[in-house]
Amino acid sequence: MNPWLPFEWIVALRFLREGRTQTLFIVSGIAIGVGVIVFMSALLSGLQSNFVRRVLTAQAHIQLLPPKEVARALGPPRGASPGTLEGATVQAPLQRLKSIDQWQAVVAEIRAMPEVLVVSPEATGSALVVRGDANRAITLTGVDPEFYFRIVAVPNDIVRGSARLTNSDILVGTELASDLGLSVGDKLRVSSATGGGNTLTVAGIFDLGNKGANQRTTYVALHTAQSLLGLTGGVSSIGVTIKDIYAAESVSRRITAATGVEADSWIATNAQFFSAVQAQTTANTTIRFFVGLSVAFGIASVLVVSVVQKSREIGILRAMGISRGQVLRVFLLQGGLLGLAGSIVGTVIGMLALVLWQRYARNADGTPLFALAIEPGLMMAALLLATLTGLVAAFAPALRAARLDPVVAIRG
Amino acid sequence: MDDTVATETVVQLRGVHKTFNIGLPNEAEVLHGIDLTLRRGEFCAVMGPSGSGKSTLLNLVGLLDRPSSGALGICGEETTALDDRALTRLRGHNIGFVFQYHCLMPAFTAQENVMMPLLGEAGFPNDAMAARAAELLDSVGLTKWRDNLAGEMSGGQQQRVAVARALAMNPPLLLADEPTGNLDTKSADAVFELLRGVNRNHGTAILFVTHNEALAKRCDRIIKVVDGRLVDPGSGP
Repeated sequence: MNPWLPFEWIVALRFLREGRTQTLFIVSGIAIGVGVIVFMSALLSGLQSNFVRRVLTAQAHIQLLPPKEVARALGPPRGASPGTLEGATVQAPLQRLKSIDQWQAVVAEIRAMPEVLVVSPEATGSALVVRGDANRAITLTGVDPEFYFRIVAVPNDIVRGSARLTNSDILVGTELASDLGLSVGDKLRVSSATGGGNTLTVAGIFDLGNKGANQRTTYVALHTAQSLLGLTGGVSSIGVTIKDIYAAESVSRRITAATGVEADSWIATNAQFFSAVQAQTTANTTIRFFVGLSVAFGIASVLVVSVVQKSREIGILRAMGISRGQVLRVFLLQGGLLGLAGSIVGTVIGMLALVLWQRYARNADGTPLFALAIEPGLMMAALLLATLTGLVAAFAPALRAARLDPVVAIRG
Repeated sequence: MDDTVATETVVQLRGVHKTFNIGLPNEAEVLHGIDLTLRRGEFCAVMGPSGSGKSTLLNLVGLLDRPSSGALGICGEETTALDDRALTRLRGHNIGFVFQYHCLMPAFTAQENVMMPLLGEAGFPNDAMAARAAELLDSVGLTKWRDNLAGEMSGGQQQRVAVARALAMNPPLLLADEPTGNLDTKSADAVFELLRGVNRNHGTAILFVTHNEALAKRCDRIIKVVDGRLVDPGSGP
């Protein structure tokens, strides 16, 4: 016995040691529960951050677009009473490519916002590339590399050549290069639907990791795209990245309010992805809740049995002048210690499961499915929550022990 | 009962009644108007047939239970109005218990069992605790057994540990509820002599519940409880 420990600690530890089989079983039960929670949470967190990373390395957090064309009915005929329309037919207007009004001022205003990281004006439209007898429809994206490459890291995806973008350069995907037999330095004729055309040099070939994107996506300098798409001096969209990606909705609302330009956040444009994440989170929370509940009931049942088994000793302690509060604390401590011990073992089990999962669950090419986030915060939260669960679960048995009538308890 | 209880008086009961299951069909009055005074240094045997109310009387005096009516003073303090916390404190400081079935904590060694009341007392110095436990075990002749678990000891040895534990706080009152009832004659005699020595050397007042007339006759005084009433409370050895 360590007499330096407070009385409650000494008795609680000794009671747990005395019932070591019970202690071992309940600690194992808690450990399995905590292990499942740690493993699932890390897996889900890794999955979500992987999704978010994939989505956000391929697009801006917020995109500003010019307003859509809206058809309006003509006014009422002369002499007609107010509100009267005669033979009005409203046709859906065609959405032609147009620029954001005063986009330079809009860009300047957004750049001044403290939560904004990068603002990238873009001119995007459809075009046709022709090489010899072959031609392909493409999406022509005109960008200012200084800003755009900080949103989408195209230079990291370059497999041949470089990400250089002068007025006569074009970057193409691996699929398009393969279809048209393109190499770095080759010339390529680009024509747009508005009649503009230009011959550009392939400066680099990229691989975005998606066949469709590698087939259709091309990058040119902003001025080149403006000229080809008939958007002289204009931009068809403005991409924005911000510091807190989950604040995209509120920031986009502020941008719209400040500039009058419609701004869509990545959260709104990926609503389906978000509902999937939400469903996963709900399922995980539900599982965590029920695992926590079973852990709590396990601890409580063990301590209820312990109170019955130890009732005579509790009676003796009370006869020796040990207060109800001290008896209460002895059993609360047991609950907390069971929770803590179980959560330590469970965290280790969860970590081992994660390491094994990372080692054996792999893509066909041998790379990990996705990077798992093993966060110290998650471990600390698991320890804290399991200990608190132990304390809460121990409360009813502890109260029962504290309220035992010493006369009845000693009599057994 | 007088407002002031004489300081040498360790136990004073005046008109104490104890009724169980009050208001229920099985209501039963177990003690009927008990008057009893025990002074410091008295060794008093309590005798009576089973079910006569001896243990109930001891539980009341030990502050483990409350009287239904009447007055109960322990070491000069009137207890009937005290709350549970105050009763616990008073019990811990002034009353030692020795039960029939030893009632040691089996997961603890002999020394740890003796230290238990001291451990529960906040602020008791650690080295003083260990020294006190060693001294008490020495006084009951169990120095060699101090590191043995309670479960590894014989009945007589366990009862001696229980006596040592009861004396840990050096209480003025010791309550022994048939401490020799479960022992052979030799061990019973040894435990009785131990209690006698405590009584003589420390002036500890002892209420000694027993069915053993021979042992009772060796006490300073015998009180008999019959049907919840004290019979011949003043008789001596």
